[in-house]
Amino acid sequence: MSENYSNSFLREVEERVEEGHWVKMCMQCGVCAGSCPFGPHWAHPPQEIFMMIRAGKREEVLTSDSMWMCTSCYNCVVRCPRKLPITHIMHGLANYAHRLGIAPKGQPTEHFATLFWNNLAETGRVNELKLSLGIYFRDGFSQGIKNAMAMQSVGLGMLKAKRLNPFELFAPHGVKDKSGFHAMLKKAREIEDRRKPIA
Amino acid sequence: MAKKTYSFYPGCSSQTKASSFNYLTSTKSMCNLLDIELKEVPDWNCCGASIGYAEGGELPRITLSARNIALSEQANPGMDMVATCAACWLSTRESKERMDHNTQMRNDANEALKEAGLVYQGTQNVRHMAEVLVEDLGFDELKKGVKNPLRDLKIAGYVGCQTNRPFGLAGESFENPVYLDNIIEAMGGEAVPYDQKVTCCGGALAFSEPEKSQKQIKDIIESAYDHGAEMIVTPCPLCQANVEIYQGEINKRYGTKFNIPVAYYSQLITVAYGGSAQDAGLDSQLIRATKLEEIAKK
Repeated sequence: MSENYSNSFLREVEERVEEGHWVKMCMQCGVCAGSCPFGPHWAHPPQEIFMMIRAGKREEVLTSDSMWMCTSCYNCVVRCPRKLPITHIMHGLANYAHRLGIAPKGQPTEHFATLFWNNLAETGRVNELKLSLGIYFRDGFSQGIKNAMAMQSVGLGMLKAKRLNPFELFAPHGVKDKSGFHAMLKKAREIEDRRKPIA
Repeated sequence: MAKKTYSFYPGCSSQTKASSFNYLTSTKSMCNLLDIELKEVPDWNCCGASIGYAEGGELPRITLSARNIALSEQANPGMDMVATCAACWLSTRESKERMDHNTQMRNDANEALKEAGLVYQGTQNVRHMAEVLVEDLGFDELKKGVKNPLRDLKIAGYVGCQTNRPFGLAGESFENPVYLDNIIEAMGGEAVPYDQKVTCCGGALAFSEPEKSQKQIKDIIESAYDHGAEMIVTPCPLCQANVEIYQGEINKRYGTKFNIPVAYYSQLITVAYGGSAQDAGLDSQLIRATKLEEIAKK
């Protein structure tokens, strides 16, 4: 960022965060805070995050766990009187914090979201079995076995209902054109990094 | 009824032996019975869902949907692209909007798509199966074909989030959409009024924040019970899975005795149109929908 007397964090968000150019439109009514299903669990509700961005509180915003509580229910979006795409701004802030490597350590949704993307990027389609195992085994092997045992009635039920396939480990679903798919994602990432460079 | 044909995007959870396999089974049966032809988008990929943002970012996520739309346009020209999964529909429609309203986004996505030999043109509408039922057929038309009305079945229509917000069905309210209740009633069932129709189940955070999400799910199920529902019906695969499979966990955590079946609208319609329990994929419920199975053609 070049030196400037205006608030540089707001400009940084506008340039580098998905839908960040909307932040200055927030009028601080708080409807988003009252509409959020995970409202009681946020350190800061959306309208507070937006004001903090305008106040230049870069570190407090980007290291916050707030945007990681977004369930993508879009309640805030449809109720916002100024029509801000709040869900996407939250996703954008989470993504930016993740790319900068300053998201809260061990944030479970950051872990799951990363696992999910890497899972789908591998074959082009989500491998639900590997994804579940990835969650259970995040804290090592023995904790993984404990987690899997605790959830075994769910797992066995899904297996019995033919809604979980043990062979997904060896012969997963996926797209046929894997090389085209991977080349496409690689190019998209290159362009994304060019458009939204990391500070 | 004239035969209608759509370009079909089933999505990851509706693959063979995936978590909403029963959604796929019942959708196929339902469409046969309604004389709807589905032409699957060849070689489709995951849409990134609502949790792909953190690692995926904006353009890679939008490119995923651009590839699916491009494949659909190429293989099934002139058709609407239809998804059954709420997240697939939302991601695809949202990506289409971004590309159609932002030339740079569209050009960037097409630059990436070129690597796969494809091009996004933006010629198709992206729709949810519920829109096909409500807008292209309509409740009166749906009602006409009922052979096996779901008499005395009290159902809580659980619309949830992503088939309702931010797009929803045209003309519906975000706070109290009625299309699902109307489908239930058209099938001869009784749609019970309850206050958690559009409450979030936690979505993907059911995996990463299980306690917080299970509180949401508990509120939904409690309200369905308290208003006399015998089963819950939903248009979303993640709503279905979350509300069905965690009932045991919630019972352990809260001392409740939940055991309420959670099915798809496509399973209701299949049964009401004379399909068997197997046609409706009812053998794949974790909590058996016993009453619906009894109504189904033997």
